Amino acid sequence: MSDPVTTATSDNPAVIPVQAGPGVNPQGPTQERAASLWSDARRELIRNPIFLASVSFILIVSSMAILPSMWTSKNPRDCDIKFAKLSPSAEHWFGTNVLGCDYYSHAIYGARPSLSIALIATTGVTLIGVVLGMLAGFFGGWVDTLISRIIDMIYSLPFLLGALVILGVLRQSDLLHSDQWWPPVLVVAIVLIILGWVGVARIMRGSVLSAKNLDYVLAAKSLGASNSRLMFRHILPNAIAPVVVVATISLGGYIGAEATLTFLGAGLQPPAVSWGTMIAGNIDYFNEYKYLVLIPCGLLVPTVLSFILAGDALRDALDPKLR
Amino acid sequence: MTDVVLETRDLVKYFPLTRGILLKKKIGDVKAVDGINIQLARGETLGVVGESGCGKSTLAKLLVGLEKPTSGSIVVRGKDISKLSGEATRKARRNIQLVMQDPYTSLNPRMTVGDIVAEPFQIHPDVAPKGAIRGRVQELIDLVGLNPDHINRYPHQFSGGQRQRIGIARALALKPEIILCDEPVSALDVSIQAQVMNLLDELQRELGLSYIFIAHDLSVVRHIADRVAVMYLGKIVEIGSDIQIYEQPTHPYTQALLSAVPVPDPTLRGHRDQIVLQGDVPSPANPPSGCRFRTRCWKAQEICATQEPLLEIRQKSAHPSACHFAEVRDVIHATQ
Amino acid sequence: MSDVSVDMSPSLAGVKMTAPLLEVEELKVEFRTRAGIAKAINGVSFEVNSGETLAILGESGCGKSVTAQAIMGILDTPPGYITGGQIRYRGVDLLKRTDEERRLVRANKIAMIFQDALSALNPVFTVGFQLAELFRKHRGMSRADGKKRAVELLDLVKIPAARQRVSDFPHQFSGGMRQRVMIAMSLALDPELLIADEPTTALDVTVQAQIMSLLAELQRERQMGMILITHDMGVVADVADRINIMYAGRIVEKAPVYDIYAKPSHPYTKALLESIPRVDLKGQQLNVIRGLPPNLTRIPAGCAFNPRCRYVRDACKVDPIPPLYEIKPGISSACHFWKEVRGDD
Repeated sequence: MSDPVTTATSDNPAVIPVQAGPGVNPQGPTQERAASLWSDARRELIRNPIFLASVSFILIVSSMAILPSMWTSKNPRDCDIKFAKLSPSAEHWFGTNVLGCDYYSHAIYGARPSLSIALIATTGVTLIGVVLGMLAGFFGGWVDTLISRIIDMIYSLPFLLGALVILGVLRQSDLLHSDQWWPPVLVVAIVLIILGWVGVARIMRGSVLSAKNLDYVLAAKSLGASNSRLMFRHILPNAIAPVVVVATISLGGYIGAEATLTFLGAGLQPPAVSWGTMIAGNIDYFNEYKYLVLIPCGLLVPTVLSFILAGDALRDALDPKLR
Repeated sequence: MTDVVLETRDLVKYFPLTRGILLKKKIGDVKAVDGINIQLARGETLGVVGESGCGKSTLAKLLVGLEKPTSGSIVVRGKDISKLSGEATRKARRNIQLVMQDPYTSLNPRMTVGDIVAEPFQIHPDVAPKGAIRGRVQELIDLVGLNPDHINRYPHQFSGGQRQRIGIARALALKPEIILCDEPVSALDVSIQAQVMNLLDELQRELGLSYIFIAHDLSVVRHIADRVAVMYLGKIVEIGSDIQIYEQPTHPYTQALLSAVPVPDPTLRGHRDQIVLQGDVPSPANPPSGCRFRTRCWKAQEICATQEPLLEIRQKSAHPSACHFAEVRDVIHATQ
Repeated sequence: MSDVSVDMSPSLAGVKMTAPLLEVEELKVEFRTRAGIAKAINGVSFEVNSGETLAILGESGCGKSVTAQAIMGILDTPPGYITGGQIRYRGVDLLKRTDEERRLVRANKIAMIFQDALSALNPVFTVGFQLAELFRKHRGMSRADGKKRAVELLDLVKIPAARQRVSDFPHQFSGGMRQRVMIAMSLALDPELLIADEPTTALDVTVQAQIMSLLAELQRERQMGMILITHDMGVVADVADRINIMYAGRIVEKAPVYDIYAKPSHPYTKALLESIPRVDLKGQQLNVIRGLPPNLTRIPAGCAFNPRCRYVRDACKVDPIPPLYEIKPGISSACHFWKEVRGDD
C-alpha cells in the first residue's frame, strides 16, 4: 500500500486541531487517526516485535520459494534408492526419504508450490472479492441481490467438501499430473479462488455499504462525480483496510488448505514436491522415521502462524478502536 | 420578484414505506417534503429553519440533486433541472453547490486539500484547462482565508473551522450562483462559528452569491438571512423577511420556536414569554389531517382538523402564514 | 411506596454534612497519547453546594467534560490519568478512598446525565426493567416494588402515559423522551449532586426548553447541587447560579451569572459573549476571536489565551501563568489586566 501520508504528518507542527466537536475530550480526535491510518499503522508495526519476527520468517520462506538454489545445491529429483531412509547427517541435513532423495532439498523446493498456491489464491480471491463486493455494495438493487445470492450459495457449500469434489473431478485431467511444477499449482489455486472469494466479497460489501453514504461521498456525488470516480477515488481507499488484513491472514490459511487437500489425496500429486506431499507421502513411516513427517510440519506450521500473526498485528494497527 | 435565480414549484418528496423482503408491498409514504414553493433572488440569503424531521435536509438533498423529487420542479435560471438527465443534469448542477454540516466527515481523509478543491474541475473538465487548475485551486484557497502553500496537506491537519473553509472553497470552484449551506456552522465551536459566518458574508458581497441557509439555530439564521422560511412536517408554515419572522411572527409554531431559543441574558430569566409545546413532532408517515401543527397547538379549533390552512397573506398577517388564526405575537421582546 | 425503601447507602467514614457538597481542588488530568502528553486539566478548583447550579462553560477541548468524568470516576484510563488534586465529597477526598467506597458514593450520591441518551441506555432491556434494576440492586426492593417506583419516576419526569411506556424499549422513545428517561434514572437513588454534561445539545430547541425547565424544576424541588456542563451561553443564562469559564484546562473566570453577562472580567469571556449571534438582535456585528484554541500538548507559555487576546501585553506571554485574581467576593479572573477588561478604573 503506497502511503503518501507519512511525509505530510511527520513535520507539521503548525496546525493540529484540538477541537473535535462538542463534548469530545482532547485525547486526540479520532478523525485525525482515521486520516493517517496507514502511516500510523506503519509506525505501530515497525515497533511490534511479533510482527517483525513473523515478517522475517515469511521473508526467509519466500526466499526458499523464489531461489531454492540459494539454499541447496542438490536436486530434489536426484534420488538414489540405495540411500533411502538415512538419518540426518552432515551430508544429508534432514536425512533422506524412502526413495533416497535428499530431504533437505525437498523441504526447500517444497516451499515454492505451497507459497505459490497461497499467493495466487489470495490474489485471485482478493481481486474478485473486492470487485464483486464493491459492485454489490455500491449499486445495491438487483446487482446486490444477484451477487449476494451467489455468495450465499457458495457459502452453503462446505469448503473442504467442495474443494475435494472439484479436484476429484479434475483428477482425470492431465493438468494435475503435469511434468512442470506450475499447472497443478494453478489448478489447486483456482479451486481455492472459486470457493474463497465469497468471504472477501462479504467484507467488502459491508465496508462499501457503510462508506457510500459518508458525507464526502455525497459531496462528490452532488458535484456530479461519475460512479467509477466515486468507487475508486472515494470509497475504495477508505474501505480497503479490512480486506488487507483478511488477505494477509488468508495467505496462511491457503498454505494450510493446500497441505490439507494434498494430504487427502486431492491436491498436488507426486512427483511434485510440496510440504503437503511430503507429509502425505511419509505419514505411513511415522512410527519409524518421525523426522520425515515432523520436518515438513515444522516448516508448515510456523509459516501459517507467521501469516496469521502478521495479519493480527496489521488488524490491531489498522483498527483505531483498539488503540 | 427581481432576478430570480432559483425557484421550486410544488416540490414533493415521498419515501415509500415497504414491508416484506421478496414481495415488497407498499404500505404508505413518508412525506418528507410536501409541496414546497420558494423563490431565491440574486444576492439574497434565504434561511430555512425547523426542527429535526421537518424535511429541511431532504429539501437540501433535492436542491443539489442527491435525491429525485417525487413531483414538482426545481427551476434554476428558468430551466427545470429536475427534468433533465445525464450530461445536462451535471451541467445544470454546477450552478448550485453544497456546503455540508460536518467538516470532519465531508472531506475525503485520503485526499490532499489541493485534490479536494481540484475535484470539481476534474469532474467538469470543460470549466478550466488542465494547466490552469493548480492556479485556480490556490486562488480559491486564498479566497477562503487559508494559506495557499498548504494545498499538499491532508484534512486531518486542519481544525474544524479551517476544514469548513476548505468545503466552502470546493463549493465555490465552479463559480456557482447559488450555495446551499446545510447547517454549516452547527458543528463548530462558538468562537469559530463567527469566523465562518463572516466569511460567508464577505463572499456573498464579493461574488454576488445567493444562499439557501438551512439551520436549526434560529440565532444564527437571524444573523445571516434576509428572508426566512419556517418548516414543519414537510411544509412551510410561515415565510417572510427576517423582521417579519422574528419580530412579527404570526404562526403559532414560529412563535413557539422563537420563544424556546435561549437568550444569553440572565436578566430576562423568568420574564420572557415562553411557550412550552406539548408532545413530540408527529410521524411524517402519518401526518395529522388539516393543519399539521394542530396536535400541539394551543389555538387549535375544529376547522384546523378539517381544512388545511394555505400559506398566504391573511387579515392579521402581512406575510404568508399557514394558520387560520394567524396573528402577530412578538415573543422574543415580550417581557412579563 | 417510597417510605418502605430503606436507605442502604452506607455511611462513609469522615463525612461531615456541614462540609460543602463537592469540592474540587487543584485537579490535574493528563492524556498520554502518541502525539505527546495532552494536559487536559491543569489545576481546576471549584465547589458546589446543595441547592445551587454551577455551570462550567467552555468550548470543546477546554476540559469541561474531562472534569465531569474525573468526578464520576469514568475517566478513560489509559490514556487519561488524574495526576494531582482532590475531589472532596462532604469533606472526604474520594481519590484517597478505596474503589469500593468511591463506587458507593458515586452510585448513591452523585449522578450524571449525558448528551447522548440513546447510547447511555441499554438497548436490550425495557426502561422499566432498567429503572427497577436500580432499586433492586441498591435498595433491595422486590421486582414489583421496583416497577412501581419506575412508573413513579417516569411520572416525575413528565412522560405521558408512564404506566404503559414503562415496558417500552429505549429506541421506542423520541430524543426528548429518552433524555427524560435518563433523567429519571439519574434521580432514582436520590442523588445529592447531579452532573449534566451537555444534556440538551443533541435536542431541538423546543425540546431543549422542555428538558431544561424540567431539570431546573427538579433541582429546585429536591435541593440538589447541579453541575451543568455546556458550551451554550444561552442555556446557561436561563438556569445557572454561578458560572466557571474554562479555557485550555483552566478556569479563567468565576462569577455569579448576572455579573458574567453584565461585566465580564476575562478577555475570553468577553470575546465569547460578543461572538454569539442573538435571536433578539438584528444587524449586530459579530466579533471574531482570531486563531484557534491551543493544542493541549503544546499550551503556550504564560496565559494560554494570549495568542488570541485583544488585551495581550508582554507580561501575558511569559510565565508565571496569571492566577485567579479575586476582584470581589465571588468574582475572580485569571487575567493580569482584568481592570482594563472590565472597564474599571
